[in-house]
Amino acid sequence: MAAKTVLNYLPRKSVVHDLTGTAKLVFFLLFTFASMITYDTRVLAGLLVISLGIFRLSHIKISEVKFMMVFMLIFLALNNVFIFLFNPNQGTEIYGTRHVLVHLFWRYDVTAEQLFYHLNISLKYFVTLPVAILFISATNPSEFAASLNSIGVSYRIGYAVSLALRYIPDIQRDYHAISQAQQARGVELGKKEKLLRRMKNSVGILLPLIMSSLQRIDTISSAMELRGFGKNKKKRTWYMKRPMQRSDYIAMALGALLLAISLGMMAVNGGRFNNPFL
Amino acid sequence: MEPIISFRDFSFQYRAQKRPTLKNINLDIYPGERILIAGPSGSGKSTIGSCINGLIPFSYPGEVSGTLTVDGVDAPHSSVFELSAHVGTVLQDPDGQFIGLTVAEDIAFALENSCMPQEEMIEITRRTAGLVNIEDHLGYAPHELSGGQKQRVSLAGILVDDVKVLLFDEPLANLDPATGKQTIELIDSIQQQTDTTVIIIEHRLEDVLWRNVDRIILVADGQIAADMKPDELLATSLLEQHGIREPLYVTALRYAGVQVTADMQPRHPDCLQLTEAQQAKLQAWFRSCPAPEKKQEQPVCLEVRNLSFGYTNERRNLQDISFTIRKGEMTAIAGRNGAGKSTLSKLICGFEVPQEGSILLDGRDLKEDTIRQRAARIGYVMQNPNQMISKTMIFDEVALGIRGMGLTEAEIRERVEATLKVCGLYPFRNWPISALSFGQKKRVTIASVLVMGPDIIILDEPTAGQDFRHYTEIMEFLRGLNEQGVTVLMITHDMHLMLEYTDRTLVFNDGHLIADASSAEILCSPDIVQQAALKETSLFTLANRCGIGEPVAFVNRFIEADREVRAHGC
Repeated sequence: MAAKTVLNYLPRKSVVHDLTGTAKLVFFLLFTFASMITYDTRVLAGLLVISLGIFRLSHIKISEVKFMMVFMLIFLALNNVFIFLFNPNQGTEIYGTRHVLVHLFWRYDVTAEQLFYHLNISLKYFVTLPVAILFISATNPSEFAASLNSIGVSYRIGYAVSLALRYIPDIQRDYHAISQAQQARGVELGKKEKLLRRMKNSVGILLPLIMSSLQRIDTISSAMELRGFGKNKKKRTWYMKRPMQRSDYIAMALGALLLAISLGMMAVNGGRFNNPFL
Repeated sequence: MEPIISFRDFSFQYRAQKRPTLKNINLDIYPGERILIAGPSGSGKSTIGSCINGLIPFSYPGEVSGTLTVDGVDAPHSSVFELSAHVGTVLQDPDGQFIGLTVAEDIAFALENSCMPQEEMIEITRRTAGLVNIEDHLGYAPHELSGGQKQRVSLAGILVDDVKVLLFDEPLANLDPATGKQTIELIDSIQQQTDTTVIIIEHRLEDVLWRNVDRIILVADGQIAADMKPDELLATSLLEQHGIREPLYVTALRYAGVQVTADMQPRHPDCLQLTEAQQAKLQAWFRSCPAPEKKQEQPVCLEVRNLSFGYTNERRNLQDISFTIRKGEMTAIAGRNGAGKSTLSKLICGFEVPQEGSILLDGRDLKEDTIRQRAARIGYVMQNPNQMISKTMIFDEVALGIRGMGLTEAEIRERVEATLKVCGLYPFRNWPISALSFGQKKRVTIASVLVMGPDIIILDEPTAGQDFRHYTEIMEFLRGLNEQGVTVLMITHDMHLMLEYTDRTLVFNDGHLIADASSAEILCSPDIVQQAALKETSLFTLANRCGIGEPVAFVNRFIEADREVRAHGC
């Protein structure tokens, strides 16, 4: 019975999977940066097409990453609502004009500028989301540590990430077993119990979970030390690291190019926003 | 020849301890030797291992005196890293020491740390995987492997380093008997292929002696109590004195009044030399006692009828299981990992819902009962006490199960204290749990289940990882409870436990109940032994070698004699 995690590696034969972890990480960072700095709808639309195209190339189906998608969409909706609640005039302030479409109440007007601003925010989400999901779902977890290390992150941190991935299923199994034993002793965790009581009872699982996890940490750190982890301060090689190929350089160059375009458009627009209202 | 490991007047005291754990050790180990370091828990045998691999004093600091040389290195003044190039260590828990996300990465871990270029690393990893026969599983994740396979990976992980000394810290503790046997065979064959020095730290003497060892170092109370060849040691009474279990066939010989000497080669039942007079003595002992009378049949307490269950639709983890448990029985449930033993206990406790069949308690179907309602009648004790304990104080932990039952505080106190008395924990009632030993924690978890007044308790591996003294302590305690009328079901790999404490064993294999018979019958049946990943008892071998045609009766005779000795404490 393999434990399922919310986000996991989905092995497949595709161009995206074949890229090295390093290339994917570099592209992911450049691409995210490119889409974060700009509010230019034309640039965002272009990036969206590329983002969706890459997602298609990966052969990963939307249904497989549904949970993450829904989660992000809820987050996006909340984000939009709060922007509007806190500052319904953000769009007006940015674009300098005010075209009221509908008056709601008090200071809340729906303006064309505000809607346009929200459109751009939402676009950013749609641009980065597929690439972010791909980075996690199409990168072999074994390559994570190596790719983080290759862009200059200390291998100790990289390995911490790797170990966390290694232990997630074990800790889930522990949690399950512990909660069953607690239920057998009359600690209700089911839906019948009131929420507050349930939360309080969940704390009872935490202590044994922490104790057994500490035990694991003690064993694993001895095992790692006995096999020379940390022997060399800076360097370490990686079994799963793959050599860079032409496609990797192309992917990274593409990322750099997109960032350059995004930055170039900023120069053209004279700022992060492109203003169609003038 | 120069020794590869040499302790000279060596003492060690952990920083947190008042007295030294190792006292004035003098010990030489020569290249190519196979050494077994035996001793009860707390004797210091693991501490000796940690000194050799450098965890002491570098990870567990303390005060060292005297000298220790390991392969020419002044061990207490080098480092874990330097020593790891000479000594490879396999730790107790094959799952806990699995570092990589896959088999290949785990084997290559030490090479990665030495910055070996990738091509060379892949080549060495493959070759080493072949050496331990795991080369077909290089891409597997740890949870896809069996305990024995993980053990092989751990071994490969240290063999990549070309070490001179292989150190095994209780390698058998978490394995079933069949896998344990294979592990000992593997260690033996690796030792022959690589010509390394092997040190095994273990208290399960009989299992290690499945393959030859050159010397046994018996450690007791921080000192070396014996340093002898196996044959010589078995001829003495030192093992018994220091709380190590002798091989069963040796004990049987003693019960029969046969004097065990080193010349008889008692290290293994197959090479044991017995004169005709000695064989006759054994036969006479066997016949001298009539078969024990049958216990009176008690009413059925738990009945399982045609039970089937699967976590997924494709695969049934349990298939058409039926059996009955009578009141006051003590029964073992055996079988390989994944055979369905734990699933069965989850179904009985109500953690999972069966797809077919029913479970009856005193003739009443439990189908409608919640986990909590069942828990009042059937208690479940997990293997690892740390996974059960959720309070910091003993009293609160035991009281947890009966709070919310509508009792007054005085009634709760009364019941908890009564339970603590039964479990011998009353003097500790106001102690924090963290101050208890592993065995005492185990008792707390049993107490926390007993307080609810169950008719049946189910225990998952009650004695895993315990030495002979703690094993006896826990099992005698359970027997006491059983005599007071509690029905006991135990999931176990421990063949001694089956023989010495249970009347009956249920054997599972691949979701089927393949045997339901007395423990002696099961352990004398080669076919079932093989399917359940058990090992034939050495008593069976001894009976056959002495021409005793009824091995089951012989085993029963032994158990009877053994119980008497234990009950009278001599």
